[in-house]
Amino acid sequence: MQGMSLIVKKISQIMAPSIFILGMYVVAHGHLTPGGGFAGGVLIAGCFTLLILAYGSSKERSLVFKEKASLIESGGIFLFLFIALLGLIQGTLFFVNIFSRSNPGVPGALFSSGIIPLCNIAIGVEVAAALFAIFITFAIMRFGEKL
Amino acid sequence: MVSALIPLIGLMICGAVIALETKDLLSGIISLGIIGFALTIVFLILQAPDLAIVQIIIETLTLIILIAAVLKTTIKDSIESLKARKVILWVAGLVCVAAFIFASLKAFADISAFGSPVLRMAEYYLSNGVTGTGAVNLVAAIILDFRAYDTLGEATVLFTSVAGVVAVLRKKGRT
Amino acid sequence: MIEYILAVVLFAIGLYGVIVKRNLIKIIIGLMIMEYAVNLFLALIGYRSGGAPPIVEVGKNQIFVDPLPQALVLTAIVIGLGTTALLVSFAVRIFEKYDTFDVHKIRKLRG
Repeated sequence: MQGMSLIVKKISQIMAPSIFILGMYVVAHGHLTPGGGFAGGVLIAGCFTLLILAYGSSKERSLVFKEKASLIESGGIFLFLFIALLGLIQGTLFFVNIFSRSNPGVPGALFSSGIIPLCNIAIGVEVAAALFAIFITFAIMRFGEKL
Repeated sequence: MVSALIPLIGLMICGAVIALETKDLLSGIISLGIIGFALTIVFLILQAPDLAIVQIIIETLTLIILIAAVLKTTIKDSIESLKARKVILWVAGLVCVAAFIFASLKAFADISAFGSPVLRMAEYYLSNGVTGTGAVNLVAAIILDFRAYDTLGEATVLFTSVAGVVAVLRKKGRT
Repeated sequence: MIEYILAVVLFAIGLYGVIVKRNLIKIIIGLMIMEYAVNLFLALIGYRSGGAPPIVEVGKNQIFVDPLPQALVLTAIVIGLGTTALLVSFAVRIFEKYDTFDVHKIRKLRG
């Protein structure tokens, strides 16, 4: 797919890093401020979508993006399952908040509330990669190509 | 602030009617955007900032996907239907909609009024959320600690839908 | 109460679109309208007048809105995009095969 004009390219070049940083911030502070894995994940996916729409991408590169996004998405959901399984490894229940029992932390601090920030990161990775994979699949779709 | 809800939901209803009744699929999809962006403002008024952040970007991505699909196929909605079939469809639609509205009006007799919800389960979350999990954002505490199974199921559904999209739209292996 | 009734009217418009319309894209639009209406209704149910967003400030005594419907709607919004993308991809493939979006002309599916 083709890119857009120079103005759009320059503006998105300036905007995209801030959107990405905002997404990472929202994911990391999901247990303190509004947001979390879902909101930050969709922000990061929106950042990549903006870049692809502004700059365009050749078909081969888009295929590589699609493969990588699928891989990262699988990694995110496996990370989430692994965090859930930590409770079983420790000898308690599935999905139990293990760190919160031994060391609860101060409510309102960044390092608090056990596995919730870790789960936020896993969900953020999964949602960002999933939405970007959906978008890039529709972007490289060519109608009527009978292969 | 809450008094702005009724005009906003009215705007959403207008957008829905236009989106369904217009003859141009592209106009219909853009009218669908009215509903989503108005819903973002409604979420902000209803004190749900998490939902507003998610909704505004999901709406943008949905519009991009729908517009890409429609521009690559056709934007015309030129479908003429037979008169008899049209009457049957209209009658069926009206009966279903009337039955639904009647049933929901019956159900509203048991719902508490707007602005004073029944907080049976939420009382526990509101009083024990911070001491039980340590997270001050109670929505994050609910989706990742109290009801984490729900989130796991959601992640699975998203994974499955992405796998479905990639499998349906891929180029290799089609016969 | 009028807010609930308006949300139900929005859902009914989506239901009408799904039943009466014959274009596949219009049917998908109807499904999305129903999804929006359900999200709106759940968010309306959890609202408490004078309530703050459910972010606790430690040491303060505040009134919060109900966080449970917000948690349910948060996951439902993201699922909605996934299911919509799946439906649209099916619709595109059907158009490629039958060259129409009209559900009554897609007769080859009948057995």
